[in-house]
Amino acid sequence: MTARLLEVRHLATHFFTRAGVVKAVDDVSFDLEVGEVIGLVGESGSGKSMTGYSLLGLIDPPGRIVQGSIKLKGQELVGLPQEALRKLRGRRIAMVFQDPMTTLNPVLTIADQIHLAINAHERVSTATARQRAVDVLTRVGLPDADRRLDAYPHEFSGGMRQRVAIAIALLHRPDVIIADEPTTALDVSIQAQILAEMKSLVRDLGMALIWISHDLAVVSAMASRILVMYGGRIVESGPTASVLRDPRHHYTRGLLNSLPSRAAPGQPLTQISGLPPSLGALPPGCAFHPRCPRADAICLTAPETTGHERRDWRCHHPLTAVSA
Amino acid sequence: MLGFLIQRLLQAVVVMMVISALVFIGVFAVGNPIDVLISPDVTQQIRLDTIAAYGFDKPLWEQYLAFLERLVHGNFGRSFVFNMPVLQLILSRLPATLELTIAAVAGATLIGIPLGMYAGYRPDSPITKAIMGITILGFSVPTFWIGLVLIMTFAVWLGWLPAGGRGDTVMVLGIEWSFLTLNGLSHLFLPALNLSLFKLAMMIRLARAGTREVMLTDTIKFARASGQSDGTILRRHVLRQISIPIVTVFGLEFGSTLAFAVVTETIFSWPGLGKLIIDSIQSLDRPVMVAYLMLIAFLFIIINFLVDIAYAALDPRLRARRS
Amino acid sequence: MIDSAAPIARFWFEFRQSQIACVALLIIVLIAALALLSPWIAPQNPYDLATLVLMDARRPPGHVGAGGYVYWLGTDAQGRDLLSAILYGLRISVQIGLAAGAVAFVVGATLGTTAAFLGGRVEMLIMRFIDLQLSFPAILLALVLSALLGQGKVQIIIALVTAQYAYFARTAHGAASAERAKEYVEAALSTPLPSHKVIFRHILPNCLPPLIVVATVQVANSIALEATLSFLGLGLPVTEPSLGTLIANGFQYMLSGRYWISIYPGVALIVLIVAINLVGDQIRDQLNPRLRR
Repeated sequence: MTARLLEVRHLATHFFTRAGVVKAVDDVSFDLEVGEVIGLVGESGSGKSMTGYSLLGLIDPPGRIVQGSIKLKGQELVGLPQEALRKLRGRRIAMVFQDPMTTLNPVLTIADQIHLAINAHERVSTATARQRAVDVLTRVGLPDADRRLDAYPHEFSGGMRQRVAIAIALLHRPDVIIADEPTTALDVSIQAQILAEMKSLVRDLGMALIWISHDLAVVSAMASRILVMYGGRIVESGPTASVLRDPRHHYTRGLLNSLPSRAAPGQPLTQISGLPPSLGALPPGCAFHPRCPRADAICLTAPETTGHERRDWRCHHPLTAVSA
Repeated sequence: MLGFLIQRLLQAVVVMMVISALVFIGVFAVGNPIDVLISPDVTQQIRLDTIAAYGFDKPLWEQYLAFLERLVHGNFGRSFVFNMPVLQLILSRLPATLELTIAAVAGATLIGIPLGMYAGYRPDSPITKAIMGITILGFSVPTFWIGLVLIMTFAVWLGWLPAGGRGDTVMVLGIEWSFLTLNGLSHLFLPALNLSLFKLAMMIRLARAGTREVMLTDTIKFARASGQSDGTILRRHVLRQISIPIVTVFGLEFGSTLAFAVVTETIFSWPGLGKLIIDSIQSLDRPVMVAYLMLIAFLFIIINFLVDIAYAALDPRLRARRS
Repeated sequence: MIDSAAPIARFWFEFRQSQIACVALLIIVLIAALALLSPWIAPQNPYDLATLVLMDARRPPGHVGAGGYVYWLGTDAQGRDLLSAILYGLRISVQIGLAAGAVAFVVGATLGTTAAFLGGRVEMLIMRFIDLQLSFPAILLALVLSALLGQGKVQIIIALVTAQYAYFARTAHGAASAERAKEYVEAALSTPLPSHKVIFRHILPNCLPPLIVVATVQVANSIALEATLSFLGLGLPVTEPSLGTLIANGFQYMLSGRYWISIYPGVALIVLIVAINLVGDQIRDQLNPRLRR
């Protein structure tokens, strides 16, 4: 049996600050198959970006991966030396960030930035690098790439900059791309374009994609499977259609109910009461219990991951399936 | 860009006017200049003749205009002490000071930026703590005292380096330079080190603050996520971004280093402008003082102007806005 | 638990967290006490030429003089006991640093707040001038002024104040402009209070924290600048030796290996300046809202 593309087991990333231990990622497990798109959903501060950084080995002190395993095609990444991790970054696993205004270096030309990203893994001549840059920019839908290579980021619109960032992520044809809210900072029309392009790129190039977002609507349009994160843990996961139809965790249902598309016209949107917890001071047991309508004494103990078939959840009082 | 240049040029003219007025009032109008021009036991006739010759009997504003006119023609008068035209005197001393200042600022920059970037990159390492300790000393300990300790250590105790003078010089382009001979270099080393320590501390602090700030940005995270090594990131991404504030300070500090050369040149008997100005202050050689101040002001304005241009060259965003 | 305490108590509580700053503060207090009490604790009056024994000139540390007196730090070219000279020198350096700092504080803060309060052309003129002055190194200005004014305590204080008031003025202007824009000042102005009362009662107190930071740095700078000027022969006369004068006097003997005449006064000077700067650093960090956790 061939190994899975990515196998994450019981991953925990903690930050040891003066104010206490921040459990940014706690006991996170999931799989990723070749060519699969999964969505990682949660409010800001739920640990979803930190999960992405953990996969890339980009956790800086005072943070570190305290336990768990990340296997890329069977190779264990946790505990690899820095240099080995660096060689993986950009080549096997790449990442695209939220705000294209801040990810590109404002004082280097686009060509320079692409050259630097190529040179990180292979030595090529300037002419070859330039040709590769043109190819990859054309691929992400940037017209007239040859002429624009010598421009600076500030001469580009937000959507064009994000295309450049995606192009840089694609340079070495990585196995996995982690996209951390790459469309959140963009206009809605551009957002739709980028979504469509990312989807076709993944399909054409056979790459797997982890799409991180706080927006359930965006994720459901992209991903075949959804992981819902809350308080550093995955509280529910499963195939997109199934999760959307039959949420088992009360938090997932709360998220779904607050989607504008689900509300009846003229009716106020349902909100989840309360605020998401700080990762440095998580409530004991199920982190969602202070906001949960079904919470009782047992919720002060941490629920185990349970489920059947391809659905998993962490809840003492799961919702019953509407159409099982 | 042209509009910007013209605007800056006009500003420079206004600033020079203000400075010339201040210098004029400060040096000529305070006290009675005639008393230092001639000895007290000359006849009344000579005294009156001299007053008339220098125009001290005219109203102040007329004297100022005459002073300005002489300045514009490059006529700074004659030095009482050296009995030669002041402009010639100053220009003959300028290269020594420029050599010392450039060596000091260049040294501070070349050593300070890497140290500061390291301190910003590894804020908690013991090496960083040591570097930051040095900057506190560099800021606190007066230049003249460091100069004494350097002479004490390297010239008196160890006997490795000379305690003063310029050493052998070589004539290039009609100017004497010390840094082209081994002996000259050995004379240049201690004063340049002395003059550079304060700037070194400043460069380290600037580079550290800049690096710390830039390292936290998404730009750096993205570069790391694409597999670029920390070395590449520091050299290509961080250095380029922190160079903008550093160039500004570099320029401004170049001017203040010229001024601090006064102290270093006195300690190391370096025959430059600073030594000249101290000597002329002590002998009340006013034309030299005036010329020195005007020259420093002029250099300051030129430097500020160059800094602005460098700024635009380094920051593409600014370049776009101005054109 | 400290939130309810008075601001000063809280400031002190935070200050005590830094060991280095506490040691530095202790050193400053110690030096200030030595400086204040120097006429009573110094073994010799260095200004009294009658007590000087020329035979004992330029003796190394530990030398036992003609009168059976031990010169712990040696003697200078006039046979002065260096320990006594340093104590008296510290006194002068501290006096001048504090006096120049205080006057520059008052002049600069008044000018800066007034400019911010008046606004318009006056503000622009004042601030342009101050920016122009700040673009020139303070040492040059002090140098020329002390050359023109001659030697003496008052003269050097004038030179130092002229060179340094601009830092206070710019800081005060920045803080006062921000304060001026706030509503409570508008409210105070709409009452029939005279405007100078609004400046002094309302605006100035709120500009104090940044000014205190500038003040610590500038007192240290004044002391260093005075020493530098005296070293260059432009500060205080030999009859009234500050630390800088002592160092200058010893300089010519240093090349022949008589290091102590310059080195010991220098060590005293540096300990004082470094201590003030360390305390200043700590105060700056504590008052900087960006570093607050």
